[in-house]
Amino acid sequence: MKAQTLYDKLWNAHVVRQEADGTALIYIDRHLVHEVTSPQAFEGLKLAGRKLWRSASILAVADHNVPTTGRAQGIADPVSRLQVETLDSNCAEFGVNEFKMSDVRQGIVHVIGPEQGATLPGMTVVCGDSHTSTHGAFAALAFGIGTSEVEHVMATQCLLMKKSKAMQVVVEGALHKGVTAKDIALAVIGKIGTAGGTGYSIEFAGSAIRGLSMEGRMTVCNMAIEAGARAGMIAADYITINYLKGRPFAPQGELWDKAVAYWHTLHSDEGAQFDQMVKLDAAQIKPQVTWGTSPEMVVAVDGCVPDPLMMSDAVQREGAQRALQYMGLAANTPIVEIKIDKVFIGSCTNARIEDMRAAAAIAKGKHVAANVKLAMVVPGSGLVKKQAEGEGLDKIFIAAGFEWRDPGCSMCLAMNDDRLSPGERCASTSNRNFEGRQGQGGRTHLVSPEMAAAAAIAGHFVDVSKL
Amino acid sequence: MNKFTLLHGLVAPLDRANVDTDAIIPKQFLKSIKRSGFGPNLFDEWRYLDHGEPGRDNSRRPLNPDFVLNQPRYQGAQILLARENFGCGSSREHAPWALEDYGFRAIIATSFADIFFNNCFKNGLLPIRLAAEQVDELFKAVAANVGYRLAIDLEQQTISAPNGKVYEFEVEAFRKHCLLNGWDDIGLTLQHVDEIKAYEEKHRAAQPWLFA
Repeated sequence: MKAQTLYDKLWNAHVVRQEADGTALIYIDRHLVHEVTSPQAFEGLKLAGRKLWRSASILAVADHNVPTTGRAQGIADPVSRLQVETLDSNCAEFGVNEFKMSDVRQGIVHVIGPEQGATLPGMTVVCGDSHTSTHGAFAALAFGIGTSEVEHVMATQCLLMKKSKAMQVVVEGALHKGVTAKDIALAVIGKIGTAGGTGYSIEFAGSAIRGLSMEGRMTVCNMAIEAGARAGMIAADYITINYLKGRPFAPQGELWDKAVAYWHTLHSDEGAQFDQMVKLDAAQIKPQVTWGTSPEMVVAVDGCVPDPLMMSDAVQREGAQRALQYMGLAANTPIVEIKIDKVFIGSCTNARIEDMRAAAAIAKGKHVAANVKLAMVVPGSGLVKKQAEGEGLDKIFIAAGFEWRDPGCSMCLAMNDDRLSPGERCASTSNRNFEGRQGQGGRTHLVSPEMAAAAAIAGHFVDVSKL
Repeated sequence: MNKFTLLHGLVAPLDRANVDTDAIIPKQFLKSIKRSGFGPNLFDEWRYLDHGEPGRDNSRRPLNPDFVLNQPRYQGAQILLARENFGCGSSREHAPWALEDYGFRAIIATSFADIFFNNCFKNGLLPIRLAAEQVDELFKAVAANVGYRLAIDLEQQTISAPNGKVYEFEVEAFRKHCLLNGWDDIGLTLQHVDEIKAYEEKHRAAQPWLFA
């Protein structure tokens, strides 16, 4: 049999039927649902008198609109409150398993899926959210969908789609101290661009990827979408399997053994052909900082803000000029001289326990700089929060002048009250530095949790590999 | 879903690369539980000089005169001309909903982000990819001619310019078929209920833990 990529295996295992032009009906195993992209889908079902095909495949949680302080008082913004209440009532009406805001298991949808073992190798996983690529870290085919497709999966358990091309991104070698999964993700995006992965599913491979924990692997796959790829994925191995063992939604006993045997086949075969290959040397990757309004506008922390005048392509040059104007930065400014106003440690990219630990290790015994108005840590779930508190991380953060918040998407996209004011500059562990993403006029620099914590302490970016 | 067959529409140019869906429709408008009414907030942060919030009367807000869609010559535009990687970022279908609600029926660009591209077809909005040189040519033509219109024929997969030039474009056969007929995907898929059930049984037998 022809050598198959991991993507081939996942795809082939889920084809229900295929049209003449290659459009296939693909079966969906896990459907994660949140409050922002589901109300119109539930409404569509009701209007058409349709039922859920398989309600047990759905796990729902409110994460985008939830407050990260004073949660006992409920949601102050009536529009946000209605959206969360609409999720609650839809889940009750349709019999969907939902982790409510008061549930300790509540959190960011892409944190809780894996945490609960609701994301398993070999699954197709969808959610009305582009960062669904995160779940590909478990050798799953996971990708974001629009609301019409959310409704389609609810009603049919399937999606109509065409197979994408396959790209392999190989990162070989050892990472230097202070260089993280986030830096790998940003370095890949810097290399291939935000449209580099358009039309592809990306498999991340190589010794540097295999050496990452599951949490690191999730960070890398999370940002596949920022490289333009709907899906990112990593082969299953013992790290994957050990992570899942004993989690609430994971199989047990005989079924576990049977599942593990299958999961061990979820890797690209020797000699499998990819449509495109990209290679990075882990030892060459330094801590990354974005300087512009697209994740591909990224440099190493020991570098400078680039000079648009040195760019030969007119569209790229104008984009860079516009970005520098928006960001309030001058060309050729050393990154370490950029002062910040706020720090956000959180999001589906970097709000898991290892991220909390890494940031706390930097903050321990130090204090947030006087020019930093707010440094906030937002754990990815209630369980991450509880675990961090059990380890005393909350006390380290609070003693260092950080705010320790309740779980949610928070200032990654500022749908709740956590946001930047116009002109404010933020070191953020999130995934998008688009104009206005963290608040209208806000200026976002994407970094790792270590880099964000170090910037909070120094008041400007510092090279954590030199600490 | 609205059918798409022929369109002879005014073209508006948005000359920047990597236009993300946060820019197309900012997050505060995603709090709506409705599918319509997003048009007045399309490109909100670029279009208005003040900060927009849901529920505000947009007709009283100060417009940004420098934003291209606010120019009188582009009022009533139905075709948006854009650069590479249009619609990148968030999967929010609110982006095509806002474009459609504003009045756009087609978007011509060098390239589109995958999720956005897919979402357009679910809403009767036709995304068309042309080569960078062709897009460049169209940007120049739009700038040079007030009232510049293009005729898009989905059946023939052609765009006809006023100077007689015809641009051919690609569209997947299945998507084209659905758009020409205005078909609802769910209805189509439910014609294959038996096949889905048969697959599901086979899948359950092979990976029973997925159904435990």
